[in-house]
Amino acid sequence: MWLLIIITLLLVILGLYLSMTAGRIDRLHQRIETSSLALDAHLLRRSSIALELATAGVLDPASGLLIADAAHAARTSADLDTVSKAQAESDLTAALDAALEDPEETAEIEITELGSGLLDELDAAFRRVQLSRRFHNDAVRACRQVRSQFLVRIFRLAGHTAWPQTLEMDDTRPHGLAER
Amino acid sequence: MKIGLVCPYTWDTPGGVRSHVADLALTLQEHGHTVSVLAPVDDPADLPPWVVDGGRAVSVPYNGAVARMNFGLKAANNVRRWVRDGDFDVLHIHEPLAPGLSLLACWVARGPIVATWHSSHVRSRMLSAGYYIAQTAMEKVRGSIAVSEDARRTLVAHVGGDAVLIPNGVRVAAFIDDGRLPQIASDVPTILFLGRIDEPRKGLDVLLDSLPTIIAQIPNVQVYVAGPGDLGEQHENLNPALSQSVTFLGRLSDQDKARALRSVDLYVAPHTGGESFGIVLIEAMAAETAVLASDLLAFRRVLQDGKSGALFANEDSSDLAAQAVRLLGDSAAREQLVNAGRTRVREFDWDVVVDDVIAVYESVGMPGEKVTTDIRGQIVGRLGMRPVS
Repeated sequence: MWLLIIITLLLVILGLYLSMTAGRIDRLHQRIETSSLALDAHLLRRSSIALELATAGVLDPASGLLIADAAHAARTSADLDTVSKAQAESDLTAALDAALEDPEETAEIEITELGSGLLDELDAAFRRVQLSRRFHNDAVRACRQVRSQFLVRIFRLAGHTAWPQTLEMDDTRPHGLAER
Repeated sequence: MKIGLVCPYTWDTPGGVRSHVADLALTLQEHGHTVSVLAPVDDPADLPPWVVDGGRAVSVPYNGAVARMNFGLKAANNVRRWVRDGDFDVLHIHEPLAPGLSLLACWVARGPIVATWHSSHVRSRMLSAGYYIAQTAMEKVRGSIAVSEDARRTLVAHVGGDAVLIPNGVRVAAFIDDGRLPQIASDVPTILFLGRIDEPRKGLDVLLDSLPTIIAQIPNVQVYVAGPGDLGEQHENLNPALSQSVTFLGRLSDQDKARALRSVDLYVAPHTGGESFGIVLIEAMAAETAVLASDLLAFRRVLQDGKSGALFANEDSSDLAAQAVRLLGDSAAREQLVNAGRTRVREFDWDVVVDDVIAVYESVGMPGEKVTTDIRGQIVGRLGMRPVS
């Protein structure tokens, strides 16, 4: 009799724990979904401004071409897998850094109102990419931590949702932009 | 943007977190945003229109100090109503693990939530335990900000996760030229202490212990002590020989605090620990007053290892006395510190810092996303009931 009560009690506790944890995982998945959408929006904004900068006539033609090419590749990478996407975005960072590496050259772009406005926007977009990527990766880490728990794996609490991926890319602000 | 800020500590008592929230709210409004602040309020009489009364606070010991906060189901309902009616684009919670309105706000809301961590906790194990208990609420925080490297390190080590470092801001303009405080003598060397007088961590005892030595060398020195706390006990403990040199000003308004800082020769910060940033040092520098502070890590960082303010060995009242005597007798050295401080303080001007905070707000949500109430994970939500409003 007592054994039965104890077993029932343990099962109830286990059930409560599992239900709570499933709720947690659900919440974390939703957080990742939002953070990934926000990150995509900021990446798209960055590549749009880069494209605008490339075609505005404030850069030398070679840099312009380089950035336009990288920006186009980044913009069309949204549907690719995480690794290719990260590569395309890192390439855009590298192209921008090549063009805006030298603070003195960057200062020359800034002379025109158009140029300085675009650099301001690009700088703001860069900072938002850095922040939203950080927040996204943080959410992924938190989710992975819960999903790798023993009971979560045994009872398949995460359902069929794919194992979450961090976005590992180079989002360092170009030297000339950071030094302004 | 419509921004909801939550301050867990009572609005009526001055304090680091409370002034951070007030300054952030004012600066955000100057930048064209709509702000509502939810905080516990004891006396709703003189409340600015953008502060919402979250209920009366009670005194509870928390993180090595006595804090005035409120909690309970009634408070939770207040918070829920505020979140529902506020229609916020972002909810910004301060000190999320303080057991009060902040934690409750995190509990009842969902959507773009940002949290700012202020203190480096005295007992970090308590922080880990607190985080575990509050996990359901904490995991909803989409972006964390730490106001100092110490606060960030405490968070990373004991809670896990990352935080963006955005230093505390100071509304520099509010400290520039606002006249003198008439109670403070202008013709003798003067020292100011700010902070709760009955809280050992603020270090009033260290300063009082150093006084006999200072008076021996500068007999006409006057020490002003400003801050809330039980005066009676301090008066009784005060050596009668010192009472000629010490004046208790009681609690000062923000404006009078700025005036008091401007009126004295030297601001002394003898804090013994638990400070993660030292906003008051920045305020003193903004008021163009020479600073002498204990060599806590956080203070050393703000004062650039002595460049923009002098340091003394923590809890060492004889070192404090030696430094104070040196500075009071050397106006050129004080002038040099004031000049260095004036440059240093620009990095912390809210007008500049607020841009970083807005960047965080814009990084945590999707355009058009709003903060809504959340009843999942709570008993009422599980049983499919709607909370009574």
